[in-house]
Amino acid sequence: MKTKKAFFLVPYLAWIILFVILPILLILWYSFTDSSHSFTLSNYVTFFKNGTFLKMMINSFWYAFLITLITLLISYPAAYFLTKMKNQQLWLLLIILPTWINLLLKAYAFIGILGNNGLVNKFLHLFGIGPVNILFTDFAFIFVATYIEIPFMILPIFNAIKEISPAVIQASEDLGASKWQTFRYVLWPLSRPGVESGVQAIFIPSLSLFMLTRLIGGNKVITLGTAIEEYFMTTMNWNMGATIGVVLIVLMILVMLLTNKKTKRKKVNL
Amino acid sequence: MRNKHLIARIYLSFTLVLLYVPIFYLIYFSFSSGKNMNKFEHFTFAHYQTLFQDNRLLAIFLETILLALLSSLIATIIGTFGAIAISAMKKEAHKNTTLALNNVLMVSPDVIIGASFLIFFTALGIGLNFGSVLLSHIAFSIPIVVLMVLPRLNEMDYSLIDAARDLGANSWQVFSHVLIPTIMPGIFSGLFMALTYSLDDFAVTFFVTGNGFSTLSVEIYSRARQGIDLEVNALSTVMFLFVLLLVGIYYFITTKKSRRKNHRVIGGLVK
Amino acid sequence: MKKIIIAIGAILLACLGLAFWAHQLEKPAAAGNGQNLIIYNWGDYLDPQLVKKFEKQTGYHVVYETFDSNEAMYTKIKQGGTAYDLTIPSEYMVTKMRKAHLLDQLDKKEIPNMKYIGKSFLHKSFDQNNDYSVPYFWGTLGIVYNDKFVKKGAIKNWNDLWSKKYRNQILLVDSARDAMGISLVSLGYSMNTTSSLRLRLAQTKLDSLGTNIKAIISDEMKMYMIQNEAAIGLTWSGEAHEMMENNPHLHYIVPEQGSNLWFDNFVIPKTAKNKKAALQFINFMLKPENAAQNAEYVGYATPNIKAQHLLPKRVREDKQFYPDEKTLRNLQVFKDLGPKKTQEYNDLFLEFKMYAR
Repeated sequence: MKTKKAFFLVPYLAWIILFVILPILLILWYSFTDSSHSFTLSNYVTFFKNGTFLKMMINSFWYAFLITLITLLISYPAAYFLTKMKNQQLWLLLIILPTWINLLLKAYAFIGILGNNGLVNKFLHLFGIGPVNILFTDFAFIFVATYIEIPFMILPIFNAIKEISPAVIQASEDLGASKWQTFRYVLWPLSRPGVESGVQAIFIPSLSLFMLTRLIGGNKVITLGTAIEEYFMTTMNWNMGATIGVVLIVLMILVMLLTNKKTKRKKVNL
Repeated sequence: MRNKHLIARIYLSFTLVLLYVPIFYLIYFSFSSGKNMNKFEHFTFAHYQTLFQDNRLLAIFLETILLALLSSLIATIIGTFGAIAISAMKKEAHKNTTLALNNVLMVSPDVIIGASFLIFFTALGIGLNFGSVLLSHIAFSIPIVVLMVLPRLNEMDYSLIDAARDLGANSWQVFSHVLIPTIMPGIFSGLFMALTYSLDDFAVTFFVTGNGFSTLSVEIYSRARQGIDLEVNALSTVMFLFVLLLVGIYYFITTKKSRRKNHRVIGGLVK
Repeated sequence: MKKIIIAIGAILLACLGLAFWAHQLEKPAAAGNGQNLIIYNWGDYLDPQLVKKFEKQTGYHVVYETFDSNEAMYTKIKQGGTAYDLTIPSEYMVTKMRKAHLLDQLDKKEIPNMKYIGKSFLHKSFDQNNDYSVPYFWGTLGIVYNDKFVKKGAIKNWNDLWSKKYRNQILLVDSARDAMGISLVSLGYSMNTTSSLRLRLAQTKLDSLGTNIKAIISDEMKMYMIQNEAAIGLTWSGEAHEMMENNPHLHYIVPEQGSNLWFDNFVIPKTAKNKKAALQFINFMLKPENAAQNAEYVGYATPNIKAQHLLPKRVREDKQFYPDEKTLRNLQVFKDLGPKKTQEYNDLFLEFKMYAR
């Protein structure tokens, strides 16, 4: 029996050690050394002393927040309406389908669409506006990122709303609750888990969209992801890149601990 | 009531249009004889001809699929074993620690995974090529497989195993006749997710690739950085049709089965 | 269980099939000798026809991979694990790679065609005896403008770019040394400045150009300039050449204040697997007719004197691309500044990108 257990455990443990623990240790080690492999805190000093990095960090989180928020605002009604449709399976399939087209292809399409002679400006031209400079702006970056993330938000919310029994909504309406009240006190809290998993599925990837900051943002939008990519792939300063990575990891852990605590407390209240 | 449905319909249609405009825009211009995506010149298949003569791009296409299949297969096997091992753990603390470690890669941004794997391969002196990309894809697909399989194991009725044992089944028989069939749906959706993860990945691959090996994402990125090339548009048409075909087959198969089940699996179609 | 084993078998079989098919596709159409030559080069920096010709002549299969900055290329090679047979760094990068022991000495006996290279392009300070490098192309850094948006003659030197007229109109090449270099020259400093104070000043000046910068990009600048997407592009001569061929409204100038003169060179990394093929390829590319064909395709200036004579007269006498002695005197060649200073350039440039709005 023991050997059998080991048989299951060994490959998995090997994976944890090799691809989870070791990379973390290595990235930590790099962040605490300089290019000649001797111990130093200077990377962290640079990071926290130099306003650039802090500003970049705040910027990245701000962009990620905006992307997540806008995606949520567009996706929630869509998910809600979706639960009301007859051919749900078909609608759902149509919404999922674009996610199977390679992300880079979609980004590439926007190079054409947002250009001075692209689709959007042609459309605006009909109203005598333009050409408006859209490509290489913050707006373009957030718009394309939102576009890419929408299906990933619709799906979990749809699943969550679907689980709510229509009787609950009915009851709320029967009891004289207004539409807003029904939403605020019934629909929203009950669909929260879906929203939460949607937010999680979008916020984190939004930090590493360096291909979009390049292709769509024209390198004028620099996020932590872009900086890490730049330090690792272009300027070869892995130590600084690792430092940014470590700070990001620590922040993620903090955020997760905080959100975890919240949910725990809620359970107690119930 | 009817009014409400109308709003729903309009809103959803609007969302769908938004989602599909870029894709159709690409497809539309793949038939243009021009050089850019601004003006449609004449109808032509020329870009498709170039595409089908572009052996390198076609090979990359095939290798991307190969990579996805192979990495998700291996990840599914290791992940399933891992899930079984976790569920067999007796101490709660061990379980939680392992799960926390399991989830590290799930919540890390792609760039960090890519960067740390790059450091890892360099430290171990592993060359950057198909092998390093394959290892990375296996590595980041394992946790999702574990997360897909584990709930099935937790739901499992352990009296079944006891019963099998009482009937004289040996460990292998218990494993192959009782355990695996019960968690099969979980394994299946794990495999599926691993497949999507692999096909969808750009950032991690970008860090750990080299030496002539490239996946579609990386190749499209480097081509997009050279500007518009309508051959890429032709490629997107082909990929769209490919996806349409797969989804069509899938839809056809699943609508035959019960609706409820179907719904659950579609949920699994997306990360 | 049986089903699972069948499924696993099916997937493995499919993988095998795919691998075989992909292998078939990657094999050269003509019967080759089964050996690869992996070239790591800038995007669109080699006439594909010549690659085909080389494959046909020698039977090697050429794999062509691209990078978009010297630094990115250096990183991949330095990182190890790669086996590029041939790559094409600029002069300061040759020095850097040599110092890092990444380059292999060239067996010059295998490159008899080196005799066609002009004397003024050999024995440069970055590689005194050309033990490691063979000149490939050379060129300048300058300004491309579109006469639809910018009056002819309105831009004569770098400082003109800071004019408020060009708000959000300039495309800048994504390269730390070049971008910082422009700012340094505009202040009258050397492009190889190492004084931290002067670098800071240059960065501050570059920051103030931020509002005029539309995007900081690399190869795709060509497309945007051709499509009239921006009024001004700061880029290298050969890029400009290709843009101008596709859009008659574009013009290229090298400011009299001074600019960068660069040389790209063939080198063979130590990690190369097929050095013989690499040497053969270098020699093949130095053959005058091939060098001329390549120069016409790529648009940069060739150091191959014999090839220069094969080029159409209007090309070889175009002062924008083959500048005369007087202009050349004002131009500066990048030097390798060592890791610390290079990092300083990179950090300042990254900082600039953050504020470029």
